[in-house]
Amino acid sequence: MTTTETEPDQEEAQEERPIGFGRLLRKEDPRLIRGMGQFVDDISLPGMLHMAILRSPVAHARIVSIDKSAAEAHPNVVAVITGEDLAAQGLAWMPTLSNDVQAVLATDKVRFQHQEVAFVVATDRYSARDALELIEVDYDWLEPLVDVRAALDEDAPIIRDDLDNKADNHIFDWETGDEAATNEVFERADVVVSEEIVYPRVHPAPMETCGCVADVERVSGQVTLWCTTQAPHAHRTVYALVAGLPEHKIRVIAPDIGGGFGNKVPIYPGYVCAIVASLVIGKPVKWMEDRTENLLSTGFARDYVMKADIAATKEGQILAIRTNVLADHGAFNGVAAPVKYPAGFFGVFTGSYDLEAAHAKMTAVYTNKAPGGVAYACSFRITEAVYLVERIVDCLAYELDMDPAELRLKNFIKPEQFPYETKTGWVYDSGNYEPAMRKAMDMAGYAELRREQAERRARGELMGIGVAFFTEAVGAGPRKDMDILGLGMADGCELRIHPTGKAVVRLSVKTQGQGHETTFAQIVAEEIGIPPEDIEVVHGDTDNTPFGLGTYGSRSTPVSGAAAAMVTRKVRDKAQIIASGMLEVSVADLEWNKGSFSVKGDPSKSVTIQEIAMRAHGAGDLPDGIEGGLEAQICYNPENLTYPFGAYICVVDVDPGTAVVKVRRFIAVDDCGTQINPMIIEGQVHGGLADGVGMAMMEIIAFDEDGNCMSSSLMDYLIPTALETPDWETGHTVTPSPHHPIGAKGIGESATVGSPPAIVNAIVDALKPYGIRHADMPLTPSRVWEAMQGNHTPPI
Amino acid sequence: MQVNMKVNGAEVSEEIEPRHLLVHFIRDQLGLTGTHWGCDTSNCGTCVVLIDGEPVKSCTQLAAMAGGHDVTTVEGLEVDGVLDPVQEGFMQCHGLQCGFCTPGMMLTARALLNADPDPSEDVIREAISGQICRCTGYSTIVRSIQWAANHETSVSLESAS
Repeated sequence: MTTTETEPDQEEAQEERPIGFGRLLRKEDPRLIRGMGQFVDDISLPGMLHMAILRSPVAHARIVSIDKSAAEAHPNVVAVITGEDLAAQGLAWMPTLSNDVQAVLATDKVRFQHQEVAFVVATDRYSARDALELIEVDYDWLEPLVDVRAALDEDAPIIRDDLDNKADNHIFDWETGDEAATNEVFERADVVVSEEIVYPRVHPAPMETCGCVADVERVSGQVTLWCTTQAPHAHRTVYALVAGLPEHKIRVIAPDIGGGFGNKVPIYPGYVCAIVASLVIGKPVKWMEDRTENLLSTGFARDYVMKADIAATKEGQILAIRTNVLADHGAFNGVAAPVKYPAGFFGVFTGSYDLEAAHAKMTAVYTNKAPGGVAYACSFRITEAVYLVERIVDCLAYELDMDPAELRLKNFIKPEQFPYETKTGWVYDSGNYEPAMRKAMDMAGYAELRREQAERRARGELMGIGVAFFTEAVGAGPRKDMDILGLGMADGCELRIHPTGKAVVRLSVKTQGQGHETTFAQIVAEEIGIPPEDIEVVHGDTDNTPFGLGTYGSRSTPVSGAAAAMVTRKVRDKAQIIASGMLEVSVADLEWNKGSFSVKGDPSKSVTIQEIAMRAHGAGDLPDGIEGGLEAQICYNPENLTYPFGAYICVVDVDPGTAVVKVRRFIAVDDCGTQINPMIIEGQVHGGLADGVGMAMMEIIAFDEDGNCMSSSLMDYLIPTALETPDWETGHTVTPSPHHPIGAKGIGESATVGSPPAIVNAIVDALKPYGIRHADMPLTPSRVWEAMQGNHTPPI
Repeated sequence: MQVNMKVNGAEVSEEIEPRHLLVHFIRDQLGLTGTHWGCDTSNCGTCVVLIDGEPVKSCTQLAAMAGGHDVTTVEGLEVDGVLDPVQEGFMQCHGLQCGFCTPGMMLTARALLNADPDPSEDVIREAISGQICRCTGYSTIVRSIQWAANHETSVSLESAS
């Protein structure tokens, strides 16, 4: 049973210094607003050297020879290492997170522009860069494969000839749903609409690029790695497996992280090179990539070409959706997703609608581009799935000449149908879609906007209103289904209450700006009544935190947040037993008052959690069988994913003379279940909405026919500024998750998932007078102009 | 070569290579790591510092060019233990998440408010449009700067008392 509040309690939301849930200023901020954060590049160790990486200038070439003698002769250079040097140690290749291998440094050939070829270690960062210029590499140029649609042609160049018997560029085929049942529905449907929908390659481009400081102690063999990682424990175990070292010889520390968005999940060759360099030289080594390296070589996102069909009755009842996807994974399959899910969670492409049937199939291929694929707040490919369904539903609305909001309302899964199993096997835990949609329409003044649009159209003006409704699947995940490289996706959490009643909670997840130090203190505070300022959150250091797989896929609150709540309840249960001894009543006679236990019916007899903590650590007897101390550790295995949802409405104006699009308004109503800190939730939503403006209108990692990346700096890869983004209008409903201990669902990626279709739908709606039903992102002025001239072409 | 400048009110005199960028001089030589580096092409603005009160992207300026000038970094915003209203505003209005762009944003805001104590939303958005934030979507940064504009006097009075 779910309950839905459509009106937030503003009084509660504004409560100052709540003990538990509510708006609370962030514990992270005092250091960050003083410039006193510690990011990886801020770390400086005695004797530290600097590393720089030589990268391939071309997309596909055989390495004939490398002459490093001039670089080695540079007075400030300590070492120059090539792929051959690494191969001698068996380190030229490393595993990816999807059971492929990736070159640490290229030995045989280079497979994408800016692939790692050699590295230099020098006494300062300028000299390291200088010495790169002195390395001579002779390349034998090979034909590059750039066009994903030609990847499986018979005459396509073979990229992965390093793999045994590999005679094509095929990576995997995948399918979900019932093909026969879906085709049967399509045959009898009144209306079938088909469209090719492209989600171009984009890049998370966090403000801080990737990098590390590696420090290997020669005698003990202890490796310490300060690293821009979202998943310190996962990284440590992969290093341990690759190097054959025990985990306790490796300490991964993720200090303050300047944004991640999935870009900082994979293990990059640069990290491995820095560790090797420190091991070989015996001194700490720092590597920080520059912006071009970040854009050209690290985890990109999307790159799906999706053929979509939707079947419906002429009255607008959606019956089925099917899709056939071509996925460009680049030169190595470096996708970070649970192993049983090579397409991530794309299977939720059925969206928020009650369908009779659905089917998807996918083919993933290699091309001469950088590896990656799952990044940029995508919730494991749900960005692509939501964009597909929300775009094709709008295409259907266009053909039926129906209002897109009405079409969605007509087809929503009904509240009484939850838990709802989709036709592709996903069990949505809770949802109440219509109130969220209605709320967004009310906030937007939807009917009035449509009237205004009609008036403007009559005057020849181009105004568009875009609607999107999404359901996400986040919080990976149940260990029966989900692991990465064999590592289960359950999360540990440890809570210790000190004698004075202050607490320290240790997490396996790691913030990159999401505010874990605040939110997790609030979760513990809510459960045990200790003020958040008295609760220290420790995270990002494998030596000081329990095992867990890290922060991505909006999993921190659904998995580690649940772990924090459950470990606190475990401590509270023990506290109750100690309290029963202190008050000399049975455990059953006590009631909890968020911070104290009192005797039922006699509230004057009570003990605070602080008094209990002192007793737990103090002298005197404890109840039989109870040890001293007040602490606990658990590993939380989620029962299911959580399914946040939201209704987004975007209003745009398109200049008919220049095709410039202005996002006039954006209304976002999100439901992430129970809200822990509404201020932080709003911030998460805002950031994702700006991502949407970027992807829908500006951002693309593009290549020329030779495989040169055309998006090599922030002058070419355009990211929204304060001028392209409107003042966001946000609202929420609350439909708790029934299986999560506090009912929370996760919010980190909802807006990145939901906003691109709302914006594209708005722009396409504005262009309706031109007879346009679909246009692909990024809808830059030139691409909108081409569409207006009838010359729309896909971006890839 | 020798370079002399004033950084956060203190005279500094350092030996540098002529090619050293100001951002690296500030971070590596002076150890003031609150100034960040993000792009090398003057697009992201995470390296913004004030030179004689004007926002400047320190990744595209040689350290030598700052010689004889007055440089303010994020470390110079707090004076005698009293936060700048801009710093307070960013905390109050959730104007930061990862905090990487924040020093540059706050310094631009300080320069803006010095020139225009009551800027409109459009003026604020224009002022920070040379800087990128990937986390906040900018609305809360705008609110933070508005908060600071509304609290300039009161915070100044507090700091005087």
